[in-house]
Amino acid sequence: MSRRIHLAAHFPGVNNATVWTDPTAGSQIDFSSFEYFARNAERGLFDYLFLAEGLRLREHRGRIHDLDVLGRPNTLAILAALAGVTENIGLVGTLSTTFNEPYELARQLATLDHLSNGRAGWNAVTSSDAFHGANFRRGGFLDHGDRYRRAAEFAELSKRLWASWRDDAILADADTGEFLRRDAIEQVAHRSDLFDIDARFDVPRSPQHRPLIVQAGDSADGRDFATAHADVIFSLHTEFEDAQEFYRDVKGRLAAVGRQEDDLKILPAASFVLGDTLEEARERSREIALAQVRPETAITYLEQVWNRDFSGYDPDGPLPDVEPDTGAESAQGFANRHAAVRSRIAKLREVAEAEKLSIRDLIIRLTANHTFVGTPDQVAADIDRYVQERATDGFTVVGHLTPHGLDEFTDKVIPLLQERGTYRTSYEDGATLRETLGVAGERAAVGV
Amino acid sequence: MTEKVHIAVALDGAGWHPAAWREPTARPTELTTAGYWRDLVRAADDAGVVFATIEDALTLEGRTAEPDAGIRRDRVRGRLDALLVASFLAPLTRRIGLVPTVTTTHPEPFHLATGLQTLDHASLGRAGARIVAGSSPQERANFGRRGDGPDGFPASGRVEDDPAWQAAFREAGEVVDVIRRLADSWEDDAIIRDVESGRFLDRERVHNADFEGEFFSITGASIVPRSPQGQPLITALAHQSIPYRFAAEHADVVFVTPRSADEAAAIIAEVEQAAAEVRDEPERLRVFADLLVLIEETEAAALEAWNRLEERAPIATDAHIVIGTAATIVDELRTLAAAGVDGIRLRPARLPADLSAITEQVIPVARAAGILHDDDVSPTLRQRLGLPRRSSRFVAQEVSA
Repeated sequence: MSRRIHLAAHFPGVNNATVWTDPTAGSQIDFSSFEYFARNAERGLFDYLFLAEGLRLREHRGRIHDLDVLGRPNTLAILAALAGVTENIGLVGTLSTTFNEPYELARQLATLDHLSNGRAGWNAVTSSDAFHGANFRRGGFLDHGDRYRRAAEFAELSKRLWASWRDDAILADADTGEFLRRDAIEQVAHRSDLFDIDARFDVPRSPQHRPLIVQAGDSADGRDFATAHADVIFSLHTEFEDAQEFYRDVKGRLAAVGRQEDDLKILPAASFVLGDTLEEARERSREIALAQVRPETAITYLEQVWNRDFSGYDPDGPLPDVEPDTGAESAQGFANRHAAVRSRIAKLREVAEAEKLSIRDLIIRLTANHTFVGTPDQVAADIDRYVQERATDGFTVVGHLTPHGLDEFTDKVIPLLQERGTYRTSYEDGATLRETLGVAGERAAVGV
Repeated sequence: MTEKVHIAVALDGAGWHPAAWREPTARPTELTTAGYWRDLVRAADDAGVVFATIEDALTLEGRTAEPDAGIRRDRVRGRLDALLVASFLAPLTRRIGLVPTVTTTHPEPFHLATGLQTLDHASLGRAGARIVAGSSPQERANFGRRGDGPDGFPASGRVEDDPAWQAAFREAGEVVDVIRRLADSWEDDAIIRDVESGRFLDRERVHNADFEGEFFSITGASIVPRSPQGQPLITALAHQSIPYRFAAEHADVVFVTPRSADEAAAIIAEVEQAAAEVRDEPERLRVFADLLVLIEETEAAALEAWNRLEERAPIATDAHIVIGTAATIVDELRTLAAAGVDGIRLRPARLPADLSAITEQVIPVARAAGILHDDDVSPTLRQRLGLPRRSSRFVAQEVSA
């Protein structure tokens, strides 16, 4: 039997992949852009809308980066607003486990699940650096191991808080005056070196019981977290064999924790360029790549790696033949940072020399390499092949224009996927996000 | 000339009376549904209510003073995050201001600020916040992050007698500072989309907050570009001198709880005195009086309904209670207007019943009596209250430099 394709719609981000110089590009912040994007994604029957998170404006050499789209909404607030103007599509936001607290984030996600009638999801990420920390009470920095320990305990605590109200907790018996049933709410206590919580949750159990959990990390720690907690992995593995290997590795871990293959979906990020012929699609892909990587974008990219001023270099020329500036030797972590930067530069040189690429073409190769390029038929066939041959369960699709970047995909590719019989032709009435995605909930498992 | 007032409403659960959920008109199993909040706030919007505040607390028992609140089963329990409820309502309403309650001890000020800016974008300029200082021991146990904070009210009932409460108000002041600074951090015209030079924004017009306070520090600019109102409307409820000073220093609107017209005049004088000492905001602090209301077709029916509620659960409230017909309420409004308040925030005893009475009876009667500000078409909440939109503080700095 053929496998079903699942698709997420990624609102274009604040990086060079989002082309703002196009005359049709709209606002990245007006609510009308988000409403337009969400309604179009719902028209395309996407499983969910996906939003990244902003914790601090990007900087370049100590100043705010001014070449790319910048500025975006608060993730939770914009998703709550979109819940009011959509009916069926899931609403998934990226939210840090480092700069939030479990009680508050769990109640916000449960609120979103109530307001959307069961369509809330959380892409749980960890944050590591003092740069972002400078905007938060907590501040500072957690090393890699502690970040993931905190993320795992955070997720576990969130699940316990969401499950702490019985399904039938609210009796609301006007005659007897009992609003709550006896023993309706379980106390959630947890003490470790990271948390010391003795909580009574204040949000009744939400339609999904547990909002969907998405996770993007690819390290061994990230894969362990996903195996234990996630319903979807937002991976970067899009090259076919590599994706199959990732699929086998991650899905292979599930049995040990009593989960099925379908309980964890893998939806890597994917871009696309369509044309009436393959040739035309390739030409468009090249044009879009040149808009995504303008000469100044390419130079800026190198400046970030080298931490040097390259304004005098020709973007159509070869890589600069100079050493990076990795800061003062006395600074803490200097040796590691120095080695990491040098190894990154060695890789850049290797690719540039092997393929004889200019600076700009190298950066295009690295940041504007579109996943699917072809006719709508070819792209639909490719996507279907990835899913049928167990390289992915679908994709998190991103366009290069705000807010209409997925219109063409919806108009041209979705009908072809439907013709192949592997993509839905309607939402199920009143389905939760978990039901739409086909990932098991915990309705049966939690103690009622 | 008749003094005119604005009418706002305060929404919480099944209403402000603890037995309200037991009324036949109540919807006690729907208090955390989208439909419940949509119905309430749309009705208020259609009637011309200037803004709705939405209560919130980070504990199961809320902000009650009942000693056994934690174990009671006869009170409404369970709520939604107010800022997200307001965000949800933004595209579903047209003119009403949306003023969620935000607490200031545990949430990250950066998230609060960007959440309010996003509410302002989504509502096209109708965002506000009711700022609450302090935390309870249960709230601290829920978060488990800090042990410091007030342990109930001091025996005197006066927050100035408790250093922990004084600190809580200083911290709340820092949170408001940061909300305003971050709201100003992008100038209105920071986004230039200059294809020629390849620059999306003019980074000279985006400014780091660079805030260093007693309780936290925040370095960067907001992630959210400047919103339609510039800054959200800041409101606070206050009953005594430290909170009055807090409101005078930081708020645009203060909610007060006079029991009579004389008391209202005295409170206004005290607030104005505090403002003269501590206020830097260029606009006059607006004063709204809170009234808890129960409304029926006749005085007798209203009294009967009130007695029914009181038999089930006697109320303890800070606000003056008015029980009667729409005409009774309008008389109170006229009296308070004459005493000099800018507006009245009505707390319906029962939801949705008393909100329906407000929108269908009180407002039409008050409008006919000429005591309401014109139901104008100003696009933003601040403008409806007569507060002009100001440009970012950072623009002013450049001009004076």
